[in-house]
Amino acid sequence: MSQYQVKAGPEAFLPPAAASMGVILPNPGECHIEGRIAPEEEGYEYAARKFLEAKVPTIFPGPLVLWNWNENATKKAKAIRALADALPARLIPMADYRPKYPKIDAEAEINPNHPNLTIWHNKIDVCIFVGVHCHQANLALKIIRGGTDCFTMAMCAQAGHEDACLSFRDATVEKIEKLMAAVNKLKKEGVKSQAVPFKQIKMTSSGRVA
Amino acid sequence: MNKPVESPNRVIKSQHVKLGTKNKMDQTYTDINTMFYDAERTPSFMTGSEVIRQAIKVASVGTSVAYPITPQSEAAALIGELYSEGYLDEYFRGESEFAVMGQCAGAAFGGHRVFTTTAGPGTLRAMENFPMWAGSRLPIQVCVTMRGVNSPLSIQPDTLEASYLLETGMLMWHAETAQDLYDFILKGFIVAEQPDVHIPIATMCDGFFVTHTKDTVMLPPEDLCLTPYDPYKSPVPCMDMECPPIRMMRDPFIMKSNYISYSTHASWQQEVRAAVERSRKHTIPLLDGLIDVENIDREILLVSSGTAVSQGREAIRLLEEEGIKVGLVKIKTIRPFPHEEIREATKRAKHIFVPEFNMAGWLAREIKAVVPDNERVIAGPHVAGGMTMPSEVIVEEIKKYLGIKVASNR
Repeated sequence: MSQYQVKAGPEAFLPPAAASMGVILPNPGECHIEGRIAPEEEGYEYAARKFLEAKVPTIFPGPLVLWNWNENATKKAKAIRALADALPARLIPMADYRPKYPKIDAEAEINPNHPNLTIWHNKIDVCIFVGVHCHQANLALKIIRGGTDCFTMAMCAQAGHEDACLSFRDATVEKIEKLMAAVNKLKKEGVKSQAVPFKQIKMTSSGRVA
Repeated sequence: MNKPVESPNRVIKSQHVKLGTKNKMDQTYTDINTMFYDAERTPSFMTGSEVIRQAIKVASVGTSVAYPITPQSEAAALIGELYSEGYLDEYFRGESEFAVMGQCAGAAFGGHRVFTTTAGPGTLRAMENFPMWAGSRLPIQVCVTMRGVNSPLSIQPDTLEASYLLETGMLMWHAETAQDLYDFILKGFIVAEQPDVHIPIATMCDGFFVTHTKDTVMLPPEDLCLTPYDPYKSPVPCMDMECPPIRMMRDPFIMKSNYISYSTHASWQQEVRAAVERSRKHTIPLLDGLIDVENIDREILLVSSGTAVSQGREAIRLLEEEGIKVGLVKIKTIRPFPHEEIREATKRAKHIFVPEFNMAGWLAREIKAVVPDNERVIAGPHVAGGMTMPSEVIVEEIKKYLGIKVASNR
């Protein structure tokens, strides 16, 4: 029996959910890389390398970190901003989950119901979801895997996402900082970011401002 | 398809309340593992309906909605007594089973742990709500005390209604005994509410056979209780039907006729089924596996769920007296269906008999779909409409199939 691997796509017209193909979520202290359970430490280096190799590395912060609904969300948001600056990576928010097709501003935002539009428009080759509710993250991750060649990652505050190519679980500020530390370590070792130059779009709750 | 799951630690501590603190009824919030594996349990002799009451008494349920239909009415009434004693925050009678399930959804959307009971035609009347619960990721528990559903009217035991629930996206656990029912209700909340699962669960039992007969049940102390549901671990934001971020009524996919909306809907359905699969990891350690097996090295196996298992045990004893050795597989979870476990347990069997309390033989179909060489699966014997299944009927079925002469005294 072959072990299903959660690889970057495009995989299929309607790819299967990885859980239905036998991929199991990691236990605490573990991550999963393309369907393989690995120690979390291995995941940090793997993710950092993927990010630095990418032309359009992108972070998709979701409502759980975009909105100042508790003290921890604020701390996480700051850590994510620091990670984006360290890479560097675009920040493209997933502010809410309503379908916005065909009016979505694909350059500036992403939506779980048609995330492929944002991936295609910006030619995003590596991304990470953080602060997105698990159900919507899984929807988006699977649709991206189905229709794009983007390598997807997830920094999940709960049990992780088997539909991402790489997933951490029990995300905390410390874990985001560990990922940033892995990026900085690789940079010190001489690994250079391959990101193409970009201008970070600025948004407020009423939309794009710059 | 699924890999075997090894999960050394049983589960899963809530961060919502501090373990060891007390609720308003002076019950101590207790980890499920402590409640089931460490606390001293004492025997009680009670009906299945009373068992449901006892489970809900320690389940930290927020809301229960009731509507009368035999054979669950007694359990629903007993939960009402718990409400009057202060164990639940909300309890009321709905206008119909359909209304009840909608009202349960509202309470679950609002962040309560929700429990209800139904049976037979009530289950079918409420049916539209079950895939809605699953799609909305609401971990509501409905105890289904199964009875006949078709005309002419029967209130008697029949498991046909389970077949209608198979593709709703709910977890489905089938209790054999009152003890199973007690354990499944409490453990069901814990599994269904895991953030990576977070879907509704039907804890099913065979009406009357379990609900209205007395049995010895081992119960943990009543001054312990489960930690309450933690809505902040939900995989979806608290949904409002009209307001962002989840505006389900004004922005449903059905309003948009294009590939993207269809694809999203398909992915949504896949995600619900993925959640059912994820429940294995949490269920296996809590239920000690999705199946129980006895003597599966034998050439003849009985594979069944619910009270058909009990009848099978006695049939096995009778056959043993005649020198015919038969093994047993008890299926505890219908969803997730334990396909890998059943394939493994039946790999040496030459004949797999599936006794069922319904005419459809839905469990035999499920088994035939997952085992190789499925001509080995014999769907039967079947009874329905409230008939009992004497162990002798199972014995007769097996002996007839094997070409052993059966005394015809009927």
